[in-house]
Amino acid sequence: MFGDYSISDLGAILAMQGFAGLILFSVYVLMALGLAIIFGQMGVINMAHGEFMILGAYVTWMTSNAVQHVAPWLFPGYFFIAMILAFIASGALGMLVEWALIRHLYKRPLDTLLATWGLSLILQQAYRSIFGAREVGVELPEWMMGSWQATDSIQIPINGMFVMALTILITIAVAYVLFWSSWGKQVRAVVQNRVMAGAVGINTEKVDRYTFGLGCGIAGIAGSAFTMIGSTGPTAGQLYIVDTFLVVVFGGAASLFGTIASAFSISQTQSTLEFFLSGSMAKVITLLTIVAILMVRPQGLFALKVRK
Amino acid sequence: MSDETKPGLKSPLRRKLLMGMAALPAVSMLGRPAFADVPATSAVNTTGLAVTDSEVTVGILHSVTGTMAISETGSVEAEKLAIEQINAAGGVLGRKIKFIQEDGASDWPTFAEKAKKLLVNDKCAAVMGCWTSASRKAVLPVFEQYNGMLYYPTFYEGLEQSKNVIYTGQEATQQIIAGLDWVNKTKGAKSFYLLGSDYIWPRTSNKIARKHIENHLQGCKVVGEEYFPLGSTQFNSVINKIKLTKPDVIYAIIVGGSNVAFYKQLKAAGIDLSKQTLLTISVTEDEIDGIGGENIAGAYACMKYFQSLDNPNNKAFVPAFKKMWGEKTVIGDVTQAAYLGPWLWKLTVEKAQSFDIDKIAAASPGVEFKGAPEGYVRIHENHHLWSKTRVGRAKADGQYELIYETADLVEPDPFPKGYQ
Repeated sequence: MFGDYSISDLGAILAMQGFAGLILFSVYVLMALGLAIIFGQMGVINMAHGEFMILGAYVTWMTSNAVQHVAPWLFPGYFFIAMILAFIASGALGMLVEWALIRHLYKRPLDTLLATWGLSLILQQAYRSIFGAREVGVELPEWMMGSWQATDSIQIPINGMFVMALTILITIAVAYVLFWSSWGKQVRAVVQNRVMAGAVGINTEKVDRYTFGLGCGIAGIAGSAFTMIGSTGPTAGQLYIVDTFLVVVFGGAASLFGTIASAFSISQTQSTLEFFLSGSMAKVITLLTIVAILMVRPQGLFALKVRK
Repeated sequence: MSDETKPGLKSPLRRKLLMGMAALPAVSMLGRPAFADVPATSAVNTTGLAVTDSEVTVGILHSVTGTMAISETGSVEAEKLAIEQINAAGGVLGRKIKFIQEDGASDWPTFAEKAKKLLVNDKCAAVMGCWTSASRKAVLPVFEQYNGMLYYPTFYEGLEQSKNVIYTGQEATQQIIAGLDWVNKTKGAKSFYLLGSDYIWPRTSNKIARKHIENHLQGCKVVGEEYFPLGSTQFNSVINKIKLTKPDVIYAIIVGGSNVAFYKQLKAAGIDLSKQTLLTISVTEDEIDGIGGENIAGAYACMKYFQSLDNPNNKAFVPAFKKMWGEKTVIGDVTQAAYLGPWLWKLTVEKAQSFDIDKIAAASPGVEFKGAPEGYVRIHENHHLWSKTRVGRAKADGQYELIYETADLVEPDPFPKGYQ
């Protein structure tokens, strides 16, 4: 396949392909972070994760429309406002859901799967009734579209770099919150031993609610960011849910580092295979590899020792 | 109306006079032919369909919930508009159309179940419905078993023909071949990169495209052919491959949410569609709504209808559609094809002078609809439509600008020889 091409052509493609892999990596991390927090820290299988993401996307769409009508001069920077609003909206909905639904099911983890799946259907139909069945087009500021011309033959998508920067920022923020803040210590204490954490005076219910809210809020930001690369429609969340679970489960639940490592290995495998084989085959081989590894190592790449 | 039960309408004159006198004041108000014969129900309905002296029931069977609601909403809207217009113009054989709408819910077994309900319980005289090939394949045995009539609106892969289905969209060869010839002739395109979502329609269509490129276009070749699972959102790798192989034409048959991701990423990767020729058969105005006009401007689409078509029929159709469904709605190829369904059925019933399914199936070939927004269409022996094929260029405002249309109607050929 490479016989007819010059060395510089191949070099450029290799560089761009490397970036494609990194972009895919950041997309995976971004969409899996929220789920990793909820699944990893709380053991809740949140099937409605995709719908929380799409809520963020719809918030972005509404912000874009509102800004265009009310304050067009703000348009180039509206995306940052939209992401904050998306975080708030998805986080608030997440806390509401935790309060109304999830907290009654903590002792029955498999039931949360069913309940959140039902929730995802309800949310999908709600989006359809409110925003219409058709996809909406989120208009982006001009500077976010197009590509950065690194050399004559190397073009790097700007929105891809934006997602990368955002992912790094959010990962650092999440790591800080979980590992260095006092609230993070409480979360980890609850994960390790709920009864004991309660006994030393941690309000475990409150910790649960905020953890769930944080996870959903991050899903909202991810959804907002993905309006740059994907579609916004009532069922668009379903496009992400499988990959998201794959990343979290493969990485080992309860391990933030595992999620990142797993996102990296899956995205690199996927994008390299996609380049040398075809789209569908790449997916098949990636999935088979993951299944094989999980058969040998069911706890995922990195597992945290937790006292149950 | 006791004489209506007599078959054969022995004394039309007396009835006409009486009815005409009674309806005289209404004629000028409604502007419709109140003199039209209303043939006796027993004469036009010998198989027990839901036809009364004043009403006839048809079914609408699309997904208004689930994944496919995105696409099928437009079809439902178009069919309701057509039914309303037909009723305003006097109905079918003097009978108003009443419709029963069922939701296929994007689930193929549900489609089959609802089809059975519409045929067996509701005795619908015709059903306008289905969108995906999978849903059509699911209902086909039902329509054949219970002898129903389905008007199917979507452009599709062909390889099917049934007495019980009228295909109002284009089959694959109609849509593909004219477009490839055009891009070869006017753009001098020699190399093609074929892309598609991974299911039957894109695969069959690309197979036809490949055969045509390799066997019928001089010196042309396919430099790549690739499929992506439905719902894929990452296209950066294939875009790099496109950059490496530098095809004259990207031939894209990507559907659903993937479409949005593909065109956004294409633009972000610096592929300028005003320089790189891209030809698609899967992006209608409906899809552009979600993609964003600015992301796809410059791409070419090959199908039979664009909202921007400049003909008197379309100039009446577009405002009527917007009046009923809102200023912001757009009309894509399939929506227009769905609009043809009720009209073609009405014309066929009037030609056959009967609602009986067998008579309609037999009378369908040759039925022509001069009021079609796309221009003129005629039903072929094989129950598909003769129609023109057009190439449009996407503009940033989300509309297509007509670039080319075939001089004549293109014959539907669902089982193309040499292309399978």
